[in-house]
Amino acid sequence: MIEHLVVAPIVLPLAVAAALLLVDERHHAAKASLSLAGVLALLGIAALLVARADLATTHVYRLGSWPAPFGIVLVADRLSAAMVLLAATLAAAALWFSLARWHRAGPHFHTFVHFLLAGLNGAFLTGDVFNLFVFFELLLAASYALALYGGGAQRVRASLHYIVVNLAASLLFLIGVSLVYGVAGTLNMADIAVRVAALAPADRVLAEIGIGVLAVAFFIKAGMWPLGFWLAPAYAAASAPAAAIFSILTKVGIYAVLRLWLLVFGGTSGAELLAFGGMATLLYGVMGMLASQSLGVLAGYGLLVSSGTLLAAIGLGAAGSTAAGLYYLGVSTLGVAAFFLLIELVERAREAGADMLAVTAEAFGLRSDEKEEELGYAIPAAMAFLGLAFLGCGLVIAGLPPLGGFVAKFALMHALVREEASIPAWSVVALLLASGLAATIAFGRAGVRIFWASERVPPTVRLMEIAPIAALLALSVVLTVLAGPVLDYLGAGARALHAPAAYIEEVVGR
Amino acid sequence: MELTIALGIGLLAGCGVWLLLRPRTFQVVLGLSLLSYAVNLFIFVMGWVRGGRPPFVERGVPVDAAAFADPLPQALVLTAIVIAFATTALLLVVLLAARGLTGTDHVDGEEPAE
Repeated sequence: MIEHLVVAPIVLPLAVAAALLLVDERHHAAKASLSLAGVLALLGIAALLVARADLATTHVYRLGSWPAPFGIVLVADRLSAAMVLLAATLAAAALWFSLARWHRAGPHFHTFVHFLLAGLNGAFLTGDVFNLFVFFELLLAASYALALYGGGAQRVRASLHYIVVNLAASLLFLIGVSLVYGVAGTLNMADIAVRVAALAPADRVLAEIGIGVLAVAFFIKAGMWPLGFWLAPAYAAASAPAAAIFSILTKVGIYAVLRLWLLVFGGTSGAELLAFGGMATLLYGVMGMLASQSLGVLAGYGLLVSSGTLLAAIGLGAAGSTAAGLYYLGVSTLGVAAFFLLIELVERAREAGADMLAVTAEAFGLRSDEKEEELGYAIPAAMAFLGLAFLGCGLVIAGLPPLGGFVAKFALMHALVREEASIPAWSVVALLLASGLAATIAFGRAGVRIFWASERVPPTVRLMEIAPIAALLALSVVLTVLAGPVLDYLGAGARALHAPAAYIEEVVGR
Repeated sequence: MELTIALGIGLLAGCGVWLLLRPRTFQVVLGLSLLSYAVNLFIFVMGWVRGGRPPFVERGVPVDAAAFADPLPQALVLTAIVIAFATTALLLVVLLAARGLTGTDHVDGEEPAE
């Protein structure tokens, strides 16, 4: 029975999403309880997967018990399990936040979140390239709906660009997959690794082109410069809970690069591309952060900085940098997600930024004077709480002590300098420091404008809205306190990624 | 045969990319459709272009792999067609919503300044 645990993170959200479709929109409470129960169960399953990844390096689940190269396999190694846990955590926080208001702003919010989760978990767990494509499409289709969620001209316009860019990226993905299949004759990732290694040089070039086209598709998702211009406007326009979940979407691209590149090429061909692309992204993100006028755009560029850092760390370093990068991935995703949730609450205190939300609320008949007493009481001294949360998000994203962002950046720099004391490595360290400074400046400037402004409206903030933000920031503290064990766990995962023989052996060896 | 298909794919992809870069939303939708046709043909060709061969193996008959067409790309194309169909439908809805909300069919939601 326990061996079916690997497939549970895909089946459960699909089942919950389907069940949610059957519940009428008017039964908000029933929908919310079902959805929350589903996501909490998913959290439990993900935690169990993470715990069990300690027992053996890899868990291979053969769908339909077909042997490996012929059937589709799911593989829950440390990296996949950790990513599934991260996705479930973000979804839980976003759903919790949405209960205050957002989940009634339009139809099928919970359904979309669960379909997105199914796609995300599938993409993290699958060991088959075409299956990865299908799960990508599933998560993208759900993300299109979530990007549009809440309606309004600005969202529709931003989503149009988002959808077109991602559809084009999906076509590139298909070209890459079919090229690899044409040369290697297989779609199983481990089997591709075995066969590409044994190819004649002429065919190997074709395989490299195939993987290269695939990589472009992943880079578009990850927002690598110059493929990431779509990201900040689309994320800034999305509704707060949707944007919070979206902060893991860029990480799906990073995950796919990490998995396929290390598996098939063992981290040799194309390392410079990753490293310099990552650095360019980092630089672009830093400039975007400094130039951003609104908080949503600032958060979007924060995501680009995080993507750039990860790509550079993956491209340059060995297992130690990858482990530190994975820790940074978790911390920065949680920080940006908390910030996306916080932005909506902060915007309520500002006259100028509030108009878009007011229009949305009007469109769906949600007047602010509507009685909402069943949702819990408005907390006193809201501005102080918001200020503290803003400070926390700023500290995590800028990488300042005492929160997790500092440990992550420090571990990353330490690993880079120790493993790869070259000029590119030192430039990444310099860029990381510069990105911290830029984030501090951007957050400081925004904070002064919002919290020290003379004419502001005291916002009504409900406990239900501030609690998930506090929980996400508390998780960052937990990650700081438990940095040792977490880094050990991710370190073992990263070493397994850098030595894929065991993975290949377990998937196709028998 | 290979040349014809290759030229066809190239023509479809070229028209698709050109339309994708046009400023009107309907052109973009058509461009994406043409591109997805090109990609579907490309996937199909990756199973090699061989005419008149069945994709199935008969039970009890000795198997010569060279005498069969590869059925897997055909299955992949089917999946890709379904997904492209669904996403194009979704995009059309978004296109209509954008047209209704912004009053223009320009991809940026506003007419460029003259």
